[in-house]
Amino acid sequence: MSTPANDYTLAELMITAAAEAFRNEGEVLATGIGMLPRLAASVAMKTFNTDLMMTDSEAYLLSEPNPVTGRTSHVGQKSETWMGFSRIFDNVWSGKRHAMIGPTQIDRFGQANISALGGTYDQPKVMMLGVRGLPGNSISHGNSFFVPSHSKKVFVEGECDMVGSIGYNPDRLPKGYKLDDVKISIIVTDLCVMDFGGVNHAPRLVSLHPGITAEQVVENTGFELEIPADVSTTPAPTEEQMAIIQEMDPKNGRAYQIKGNPKGDRS
Amino acid sequence: MSKVLSAQEAVAQIEDGMTIGIGGWGPRRKPMALIRELLRSDVKDLTVVAYGGADVGMLCAAGKVKKVVFAFVSLDFIPLEPFFRKARQTGSIETFEIDEGMMLLGLRAASWGVPYIPTQIGLGTDVIKVNPDLKVIDSPYDDKEWVAMPALKLDVSLIHVERADERGVCQIKSPDMFMDEWFARAADKTFVSCEEIVETDFFAQDDESRFVFWERSMTTGVVHIPGGAHPTSCQPVYGFDVPHTKEYNGFAKEGGFEGYADKYINGKTEADYQEAVGGLDAIRQIPLPVY
Repeated sequence: MSTPANDYTLAELMITAAAEAFRNEGEVLATGIGMLPRLAASVAMKTFNTDLMMTDSEAYLLSEPNPVTGRTSHVGQKSETWMGFSRIFDNVWSGKRHAMIGPTQIDRFGQANISALGGTYDQPKVMMLGVRGLPGNSISHGNSFFVPSHSKKVFVEGECDMVGSIGYNPDRLPKGYKLDDVKISIIVTDLCVMDFGGVNHAPRLVSLHPGITAEQVVENTGFELEIPADVSTTPAPTEEQMAIIQEMDPKNGRAYQIKGNPKGDRS
Repeated sequence: MSKVLSAQEAVAQIEDGMTIGIGGWGPRRKPMALIRELLRSDVKDLTVVAYGGADVGMLCAAGKVKKVVFAFVSLDFIPLEPFFRKARQTGSIETFEIDEGMMLLGLRAASWGVPYIPTQIGLGTDVIKVNPDLKVIDSPYDDKEWVAMPALKLDVSLIHVERADERGVCQIKSPDMFMDEWFARAADKTFVSCEEIVETDFFAQDDESRFVFWERSMTTGVVHIPGGAHPTSCQPVYGFDVPHTKEYNGFAKEGGFEGYADKYINGKTEADYQEAVGGLDAIRQIPLPVY
C-alpha cells in the first residue's frame, strides 16, 4: 500500500482530494479547469483511473497528460486524436465527461454562477464571463467543484444571482427529469470536502482537512450543511501521488494557487 | 471568378441593424482587421454573434452594437473583457446569453435551414428565464421537455484564415478551426480575411485540401490582410499579443476606448496600425501560447 506523505501543502492535499472525483468515472474525458483541478485529473489518470481521457487544452486528446508547467511547445506530447471545441461538445452531449470547475457562486442546490453578480439581469453590478458551457455540462455529464477560498461569498445563502447550471432544485426540475439525473460529485475547498449526499440531495460535509473544524466550515458557508456525527479527515496525499504531482508540475506552479501556500495540516 | 476585394469593400456590405457573426474564439483567430474597418465605418445597431473576445468589446465600446448573442466574452489570459463588461454594467446592450454549445446548435440550424434544434441544454437554469424568446417545447417522441434553440441566421460573417485562393477556398491550419465552418454556412454573406492568397493548385498538393472546412460557394469575398488577426492569434503563424492586449485592457481604466481607438484605429489605415504595433514581421514573431 502507498505511504501517506508527512510533508505536503494544502494545494497538494486539495489536488489529491479532488482527484477522487474522477476515480469511479470510467472511460470519460476528465476536464479540470485551472491548474489544481487539472493536476487532480492528471493524478487520477496516472493512478487509479488510467482509462481517463484528457486534452492538451488546445485541440488534441492525449494518452498521457501534459505537465501543467515547464512546457514551451506542444511538440512531443502524446496526442491520440483531434479534439477541437466542436468535438468537445459532441463529447459533452454523449455524457462521457467529468468536469471540475471553480464557480464564483454555488448555492445549496449545487447550482453555480460564473456569469454576473448583483444588480439586475439587464444591468448587472459585476459582469463576469457569461454562462460559458455550464448549462450544457451540468445537464449532460458529471461535474465537481473546486473552491480555493471557502466563504459565504461563494457558498451563497439564497440561489445564485444567475443560475448557470442545473442542480438539485425541485422547483427548477425540467419535465421528465428526476433529481437523480443531476450528477454533482464533490466540492473540494480549502477547508473540506462536501457533496450532495444528504437527505434529498442536501449539501453535506464529507471530510475536514487536517486541523480544520466543522464550525469553521459552517461559519464560512451561507447555507445549511448536513454534518454527519462522525466526520472523517481528508486523507493526506500518498508519496506516490506527491511524486506524480511533482512530475506534472515541475516548476511548482501549484505553490501560487492558494493564498500563502499553507501546509496541508493546519492543526 | 475572383472574390478578392478590399476590407473597405467588404465592410461596405454591412448595413445598420444587420446580424453579424464573427469567427474565432476569445483571443484566437479573430478577423480583427475587418473589425477595425467596421469600427471606422458609420454602421450601427448591429446584433453580434460570437465566441467573443476583444472583437465584441471593441464593437460595444464604439457604440456599434444593439445586441450581443454570447456564451462568454473573454480575453482568456485576462478573463473578463473590460469594454463588454462596461457595456453590460451600464445596461447599454441587449443580450441573448446562451451556452457555448447552444450557439453551435443555433449556427447549425441556420446552416441547415431548420427553425430550431431541440436540446437539453439550458433546462433548469436561468438561460431559459432571462431569454423570454427562447422556447421550451414538448417532444413528439418522449415525455420530456426540450429547449428549442432557434436558428442563428446571420446576414454577414467575418472570419480570419491562414490561406485562401481568389475563388474563396479557405484553409485553416490552426489546430482548431473552432466554429468557423458554421459561421460561414449560417451567413448570407461570408467575408474572409487571410494571411496569404495562394494559387488554386496549392490545395492539390499532399493533404492541403484536408484543412479546407467549407466549400467555396460559402465564401462571398476574400480580403488579403497578412497579420489581420492581430492582436489575436493566428496559429501556427503567430500567437496573441499579450502586451498589446494588456495595453488595450488598461485603456478601460484610463483613457477609455476612445483613447485606444485614437492611438490605433481612428483615421488610420491597417498599414498604420501594423506600423504602430511594430510591423508585420514583429507580429509574426509573437510566440504561440502553450498551456
